[in-house]
Amino acid sequence: MTDGSDVAPSVARPRRIEWRAASVRQVIRETAHAKTLVMDVPGWPGHAAGQHVDVRLTAEDGYQAQRSYSIASAPSRSSLAITIERLDDGEVSPYLTDALGIGDRLELRGPIGGYFVWEPSLGGPLFLVAGGSGIVPLMAMLRTRATSPAAARASTPATLLYSSRSWEDVIYRDEVVALAGDPGVKVFQTLTRSQPPGWTGFTRRLDADMLTEVAPAPSLRPHIYICGPTALVETAAQMLVELGHEPARVRTERFGPTG
Amino acid sequence: MADEPIISRGFRGRRVAAERQSRIPPGQYEERDFPVLSAGPTPHTPLSKWDFTLRAVDGATAKWTWDELQALRHETITRDIHCVTKWTKLDTTWEGISVDTLIAAAAAHGVKTAPFIVAYSDGGYTTNLPLDDVTGGKAWIAFAYDGKPLHPEHGGPARLLVPHLYFWKSAKWVRGIQFTAHNEPGFWEVNGYHDRGDPWREQRYTGDP
Repeated sequence: MTDGSDVAPSVARPRRIEWRAASVRQVIRETAHAKTLVMDVPGWPGHAAGQHVDVRLTAEDGYQAQRSYSIASAPSRSSLAITIERLDDGEVSPYLTDALGIGDRLELRGPIGGYFVWEPSLGGPLFLVAGGSGIVPLMAMLRTRATSPAAARASTPATLLYSSRSWEDVIYRDEVVALAGDPGVKVFQTLTRSQPPGWTGFTRRLDADMLTEVAPAPSLRPHIYICGPTALVETAAQMLVELGHEPARVRTERFGPTG
Repeated sequence: MADEPIISRGFRGRRVAAERQSRIPPGQYEERDFPVLSAGPTPHTPLSKWDFTLRAVDGATAKWTWDELQALRHETITRDIHCVTKWTKLDTTWEGISVDTLIAAAAAHGVKTAPFIVAYSDGGYTTNLPLDDVTGGKAWIAFAYDGKPLHPEHGGPARLLVPHLYFWKSAKWVRGIQFTAHNEPGFWEVNGYHDRGDPWREQRYTGDP
């Protein structure tokens, strides 16, 4: 591993994003396949909602593997949470979800990314479209909004449209339900494969009718963030443009789950 | 800063045969699929309205319609590609036109090169490169992948292909090249990513050596 100190700095070279030691403070089982790791990260500079971190694991013989994970928590110094979906044949995610426990340490660096980002100063309205574990960076945005003063929240209405396969697959399920208690937040869910008894939400894949029904009007010029599997992201982004939303206000992040 | 790597007891990782491992840059893993990543909606420009422009610093331009571009010499390119999101795909096969070929053809229209370029795309995407990274058989305008027309999700009808750098430099939906006298950082280059992006030096983010 090089640290760059052997490279003569040119004019005002920006600081390198350093690897940091993180230690697991809490493990939250979100679904049968997803866990949240809450970590203490000494020296963490804080982040913006939507940014991600790189995680690096080192085997006993020195072999290393890296993956990127979206940050789930609202900005905070010295701690952060990531949510990991376990891929059965993945290289890194089974270790993170199955083997790590409280007090275990790992390396990460970040925060990374300057585009799929929302900060309270950007304002609203916010329209967030999530598929599966694509909810993670969008939940960071909603959590950030929730920490804003009441006046800022009132001027930043948010709408979440969240697609999952089943009720059991809904990540942050209780929190998503509780979000609807905020008068400034509208929550719509669709369960595409199976639904619990008495389900009153949507039951189909995203389509133009659904987006027309739930999205803020194009004239309100919402900030739109879409994160999920490629098919969902492509569909939602294209339909929103066809509905009259400005392409430049539609930010996407494809989320093939990372192994 | 962690001075010594933290050993994750019980972590084995997925090892790849040495012959393949030697082609996977540090921090990357081998991917057999072809993931899609882009920052916004996929643009759809019909071929009848598509053209490609080379523009010099002094404003001189050379422009090709789709059919005119297709009449230039095609090359088949097989290379490994590396995405900054950590996946590497080995032996991808493309068809396209070398940037060298375009520059030579544009010279006849008085279009002079400059030390840097900005590639620009439908949808507003841009990326910057030194001229040296797109000449000498290192870069193409690619319009076919794996023997088929390039799918819009992967940048069709045409994308820049610069396989020796991280793949965000291979601008999807590319529509032209602007030569510039100075380095002018593009979309990801002003949003936290490295100015050059050499995967073998792991130049992922702003500030990486």
